[in-house]
Amino acid sequence: MTAILETISVWAIPLLIAFVALYALYKKVPVYSTFTEGAKQGFHTSIMIIPYLTAMLCSIGMFRASGAMDYVTQLLAPITELIGLPAEVLPMGIMRSFSGGAAEGLMADLLATHGTQSQIGRIASVALGSTETTFYVIAVYFGAVGLSKTRHCVAAGLLGDLASLVAAAVIVNLMWF
Amino acid sequence: MMNYIWVGLVVISVVCGALTGTISDVLDSVFAFAGTAVEIAFGLIGVMAFFCGLMNVMEKAGLCEKLGRLISPLMRKLFPEIPPDHPANSAMALYFAANILGIGNAATPFGLKAMAELQKLNPTKDIATNAQCMLMAISTTSITLIPVTVMALRSAVQVEGAAEIIAPVIIATTVSTVTGVVCTLIFQNMKRWKWENVIEEEMAADTLQLNENYEGTNPIVLPEKVEKTEKAEEQKDDAAKQQ
Repeated sequence: MTAILETISVWAIPLLIAFVALYALYKKVPVYSTFTEGAKQGFHTSIMIIPYLTAMLCSIGMFRASGAMDYVTQLLAPITELIGLPAEVLPMGIMRSFSGGAAEGLMADLLATHGTQSQIGRIASVALGSTETTFYVIAVYFGAVGLSKTRHCVAAGLLGDLASLVAAAVIVNLMWF
Repeated sequence: MMNYIWVGLVVISVVCGALTGTISDVLDSVFAFAGTAVEIAFGLIGVMAFFCGLMNVMEKAGLCEKLGRLISPLMRKLFPEIPPDHPANSAMALYFAANILGIGNAATPFGLKAMAELQKLNPTKDIATNAQCMLMAISTTSITLIPVTVMALRSAVQVEGAAEIIAPVIIATTVSTVTGVVCTLIFQNMKRWKWENVIEEEMAADTLQLNENYEGTNPIVLPEKVEKTEKAEEQKDDAAKQQ
């Protein structure tokens, strides 16, 4: 199982790159200039997140250095252990629903502290990658057309976020730990 | 919201640092992590640039439209209220396709277009319809094949194994999307959230706002207008039965 999933992870991107490049050529797209034009956008995105990363990494770094994080994780550990989730990941999991930038900052901190291939680093990566910032998405799209009565949207979105966090813990533990 | 979280983190850190005697560590971490933040951001520029380039090629090659056509049969099942030939269908198909391919900057305009098209089929001004809630359920739980930002952040810390999370992410995002969709299907028939019940409540409270730009075939008729003719009353009953 782990071998199959790891194979998918390794092959997905190279195959996608080759397929997209060939398909675009077949469709007579000026591949090279289109690529560089898009890459410019990626540069801007990376620079744009610096303020958010700095704000979140510094405050969470202070929070951990002060020893407060240890208390929080000790407090949460009995709950999160039920699904095999290290308590360190939970703050990021909660933040995921509210602010994408803040969650990315928290994950960057987990990766830098525990390593990208640690249990914590892998679970955090999978959890962050598998859902969207519920409140932000609803605010943007419903706000755009003036909807204010959201009915069951928030509940469904948050349950989806919870499912992604649980799924991340279960899958990573099954695959690697 | 973020204000309180951020201030809370900083203040608790200083207080906790003062109480436990770790205040010098707290100070050091400010400088250390300010540097780390920029290192990480610079580290992810390359990967972000590469994938945004690839996404741009995908978009220009028309892969979005192609994938959109592939997934349209599934969409008809999830959005039964939308007439098959309505422009909302193609806008949503493009939106989902862009999301699956990870083309974030193309997905947003498609999504806004899809939402605007769905709003034309919303008899009210401010209450989300079942279709609009379903669109949000799929968006907020995300459907993606390549988690670009996560991979970029991982590669900024360590290149080896940056992409190893692709397969687990695909499984986890499927789980979260299925959960979101199933919850939406259940919730939309619950007493508290059911469309007809919400409308009734709003009518009773006299706060129901109708959509002047409604293009659908099943408008809500306000009670005052109904009293004028019995015919309208009958129409409303028929409409209720149809729903």
